[in-house]
Order: sequence, then C-alpha cells, then structure tokens
Amino acid sequence: MGHNGVIKMDTKDIKVCVLRIEGTNCEDETNEAFRMLGASAETIHLKQLTSDVSPAMRRKLEDYHVLAFPGGFSAGDYVRAGAIFAARMKSALAGDLKKFVEAGKPVLGICNGFQILVELGLLPAMGQTMSEFPQSALYTNDSARFECRPTFLRHDNKGKCLFTSQVPFGKVLMIPSAHAEGNLKFPSDLQNKYLEKLEENDQIVFRYVNPNEDEISYPWCPNGSISQIAGICNEGGNVLGLMPHPERVMFRLQHPDWTRSKECPDGAGDGRAIFQSVLDNVKKSF
Amino acid sequence: MVNAEIRIELKKGVADPEGANTKKALELLGFKGILGVKTVKMFSIELDMGAEEALAACEEMSRKLLANPVIQSYKIELK
Repeated sequence: MGHNGVIKMDTKDIKVCVLRIEGTNCEDETNEAFRMLGASAETIHLKQLTSDVSPAMRRKLEDYHVLAFPGGFSAGDYVRAGAIFAARMKSALAGDLKKFVEAGKPVLGICNGFQILVELGLLPAMGQTMSEFPQSALYTNDSARFECRPTFLRHDNKGKCLFTSQVPFGKVLMIPSAHAEGNLKFPSDLQNKYLEKLEENDQIVFRYVNPNEDEISYPWCPNGSISQIAGICNEGGNVLGLMPHPERVMFRLQHPDWTRSKECPDGAGDGRAIFQSVLDNVKKSF
Repeated sequence: MVNAEIRIELKKGVADPEGANTKKALELLGFKGILGVKTVKMFSIELDMGAEEALAACEEMSRKLLANPVIQSYKIELK
C-alpha cells in the first residue's frame, strides 16, 4: 500500500468489520467509535465468516478494509483470555487472515482483542506475518487482580503504526485500562532479544507512564508488563494490539477530569486520534 | 474409551501471582510452614478412541489451544 497522501475513497466507503463470538461485550462501543467518524462499521459473528450460517448472513473477510477485535471477554475467557476466539479463527480462517494482513489492511485488537492477536500469532510476529504458535503471552497481572482505572500511555512509535500517525511522538494519552491479564511476557530466555528486536523494528507503540513520566511502577503500570509496554504493532505497522480501551475516550467528557478542564465536553477524547488516524490512512491507501 | 488428563503448568521462572496470593491468604488464615503455592490447570478429557490416537489428539489439543508455549508446559497422562 502507498502513503502518497492522495485521498482515494470517502470515509463512508470504508468497511470496518467488528468481529465477535459468544460472550464478546465491547463490540457496540468499538463499532460506534468507527461510525461516529463516518466509516461503515458492521459487527458480525465469527460464524458469518466461516459459512456456518445462511447465505444472507454470510460475509467475506476480504470485503472489509479494517478488522477490529473488540475488548471485553470472549467465550468466558476459559482456558486463557482470548485463546478460544484465536484457536477457532485460526483453524478456519488462517489463510484469509494472513492475506488480509499482507495486503496492508489494518487490524486492531483492544484488550481481549490484543490477547486474541497475541494468541493468533499476529503479534509480535517478528520476521513473519503470523507465527504458528504464540511468540508472547498476555498473562495474569502482577497484582493477580482485575485492574480498572484511567491509565496514561506515552506514544513511543516513531511513525510505522497506521493507528497513531496523528499522535505526536512522545505525547501522553489518557486511555482507561480494564483487565486482569495484561502482563506482556516473552519466553524468559529470549526476553532481552525480543525487546531489542521490537525496539529495532519500531514495534512498540504505547508504554504506561505516570503523569510526571518519572518513576513508572504500579499502579500506573497496572499489570507488570515487560518494559511497561501497553501496545505493540507488527513489523508492517498495520496490526495494533493494546490493552487500554481507546473506544472509551472518544469524547472529552469521558475523561475523569473534564469538569475541571475548560475544554468542551463534546470535544475529542484522547482515544479518538487512534480511530481517526487509521481511517485517514485507509482513505489514502485503497 | 480413554480418559486423558492434561496438566498445564507454568514454566520455570514464570511468576505465579495467583499462587503467591493464595499462599498469603493461607498464611493469613494461620497455616504455617507453607514453602510455596503453585496453581496448575487440569483438563480431564474423555475420548472415544485407542490410546495411541488419543495421545496424538491430546498433543494437538495442547498445542492448538490448551497451552501457550511462552509461559506454559503441558503433560498428558492417559488413565
């Protein structure tokens, strides 16, 4: 795909697939985040892509421009968070998914969606599009608790990620977290190597920080994640997974401090730039 | 028919916050001499097939869904 800056399509022609299975529960907010910015978002069940439905319900992954895995839970998060969704998708659609990513189309995973992308092997996917087995894990928070609060994320991507092109490098965003398994882990013997590689490939997108950006520890980093990583992208920059929920801060009034700020409650919340960035990039590319 | 037990354990060196918290809770209840608490997950699977086939199936189940090799190891036992 090219980044020549020429707008090739209208926002309303961008088809976004918000994918769910049994028990998914943040699909409406995620769908609305794309819709309010003008895109044509559709929430569908995984079965609609795998032909287990009547012809009228049937959908094809290749007909969409953007794929989004919403947050919440899926299939009760039994076995491991996101594992059942990932295993079902991979067994039926591995080829389609690979093609989708290789075409440069954006894939977003929020919270449970990030866990699904990791379990699918689409992230970090170093040196390949999709690894056969997961290369990382989003494991139980260090606190062993569900952590739910506003979190501050510093944008650490140098320009590769399609979802953050409108967020200045180093800018701190307030995006709330709500998860029990967000502790990013690599195989213990390869940890440093993987971290170096992620830095080198510009795959680290967000890190948890505290408001003054000095000492970064719990509770500002809610989960004990390696190098305080909150979100990573693939080598191509078109697959992003992050634990915090940008779809929950589309408006200023969704920020906990909005009554104390002089900003208009209907103004943009910190999460909006992520959806706006990717839609603007798609408009120029397909 | 075979009954297979698949035991999913955290790999060495992976912290176990749930185990650590359980240890703390047990100590708060007054239990003494606890050196460590580990959490393991066990799946008991009934299979309508021979032992060899069952072993292969369980191996595939573990790789495809039940264990994440980054943090977990699995052990299959046929009963």
